[in-house]
Amino acid sequence: MKILVCISNVPDTTTRVKFVEGNTKLDTTGVQWVINPWDELALTRALELKDDASTGVKTVTVAHVGPASSEPTIRKALAIGADDAIRVNADPSDAYYVAAQLAEVVKKEQFDLILCGIESSDFNGSTVGGMLSEFLGIPSVSAVSSLKIEGGRPVMTREIDGGKESVTVPLPFVGIVQKGIAKEPRIAAMRGIMLARSKQIKTSEPVASDSLTQVEVFEKPSPRAACKFVDPENPGMLIGILQNEVKVI
Amino acid sequence: MSVLVFTENWDGKFKKLSYELVSYASAIAGMMGTTVTAVSAGQVTDDELKELGKYGASKILNVRGEKLGRLDNQAFASLVSEIALKEGSKVIVLSNNNTGKAIAPRVAVRLKAGLGAGVSKLPLSLNPFTVYKKAYSGNAYAHLVIKSDIRVLTLAQNSFDIVSTPDNAVIESIDASVDGSLFRTEVTDVQKQTGKILLTDADIVVSGGRGMKSPDNWGPIVELASLLGGATACSRPVSDEGWRPHDEHTGQTGKIIAPNLYIAVGISGATQHLAGISSSKYIVAINSDKDAPIFEAAQYGIVGDAMKVLPKLIDAVKEIRK
Repeated sequence: MKILVCISNVPDTTTRVKFVEGNTKLDTTGVQWVINPWDELALTRALELKDDASTGVKTVTVAHVGPASSEPTIRKALAIGADDAIRVNADPSDAYYVAAQLAEVVKKEQFDLILCGIESSDFNGSTVGGMLSEFLGIPSVSAVSSLKIEGGRPVMTREIDGGKESVTVPLPFVGIVQKGIAKEPRIAAMRGIMLARSKQIKTSEPVASDSLTQVEVFEKPSPRAACKFVDPENPGMLIGILQNEVKVI
Repeated sequence: MSVLVFTENWDGKFKKLSYELVSYASAIAGMMGTTVTAVSAGQVTDDELKELGKYGASKILNVRGEKLGRLDNQAFASLVSEIALKEGSKVIVLSNNNTGKAIAPRVAVRLKAGLGAGVSKLPLSLNPFTVYKKAYSGNAYAHLVIKSDIRVLTLAQNSFDIVSTPDNAVIESIDASVDGSLFRTEVTDVQKQTGKILLTDADIVVSGGRGMKSPDNWGPIVELASLLGGATACSRPVSDEGWRPHDEHTGQTGKIIAPNLYIAVGISGATQHLAGISSSKYIVAINSDKDAPIFEAAQYGIVGDAMKVLPKLIDAVKEIRK
């Protein structure tokens, strides 16, 4: 069984988000780039499944749509334990475009199980995984919080409003995963980092595809008014404010 | 040409978000000079269906099909897309909850429609069609232009108020015209959360962090939430330690919520936690550390010992509830 994990390259959470070029682009000065946290959890689970011989998982590949400057992040995925990587050499202009590129990767290489994090921390779109599955015409399961492979079949828990369901689908399928899929992200050990140097990042050129959305401009949230402090000796006043001024209780 | 809205129901009743969605779709229809068609799949009574008319739907499609009881992403997307094509809809609205996130991207590809995911306002402009959504996990907002002829929007939860519009809705019952072989998701077990208010639905949330020092101290948090009619939540370290169930974890890799009021007790306010709560209408923080970053995100705060402050807050709520 071959697993593909789709990863995106995002600024780490501590980044001070600022914009340049008329607020159309993120200011990347000093930004630390990381694997999108949900994709990292997806990759971790894929590697756990591979570590368990009973699952039949033979390889874990990562795929990324992005320019050469993304390669350090792809190397991190290899250092954590992915066997190989594919980078589609293109600017990830929008989710539709990215999904179309990833679909070509899947069609060429024939994966059984494709995992995507439920959203990326830069765009919060929750879009690529679902679009990818539709391009491929295969089932998708979203909000997957646990994934096992039993008797060659994927057995998952998916979160629904008001509970959980145990779910299975035929392969191949796209699993769109969220918190719970792995306890914590796997960390690259020294050995993994060394081995990663000799693992292959295959580059491919993009196929023609439209992008259907475009950010016209970003804006920062309006500066919050300073916190109004209530006397700790008289916390009851807060309840009065919440009821009478703010009217939320 | 109508605006199509995909509503959701649970146990035969519409979820509150369905009324928000119809209200939202109705406002967009007003901007575009068209009407709203609401889609309801599953077992809902006619009386319940008529409710959607009160929020601006002029046509309600009651879709029947025995396989519609359980979500299959591909089949549901096919259903919504087919209806959208028949209706000639240029805008399709779903919720940005787990169901909407599962279906919307697939509908978007089927219709070659751009997707505005997690929009939190009405479109800023119709030409070009521009929507407003959060980006960088709440550190910014994006004005996103959707270039395609058809647009799919998922509405961020709790971002649009329900608006009543008197209307006479027509209910049309149709059979789900979806290829049966598309239903490939097999549900082998369902665990419904009973009793507790759903965290993602709650208007008021009381949340505890590591500053509570011990799981034994949670009583006042639970009591305050209960008195306010709200749900309880926690920060990541608390759920990692097993002090609270992991479905209470709010934060970047946990639940992302948008209640009217979020009370953070003993939570320092790490960026990852704030990413889960930044869309809350009001944030109140209680922390013994006056420099805790949470106070930069909160509108109201108390610097003090949670175990001393909470009982007084509880007493004050009991007073006003008398």
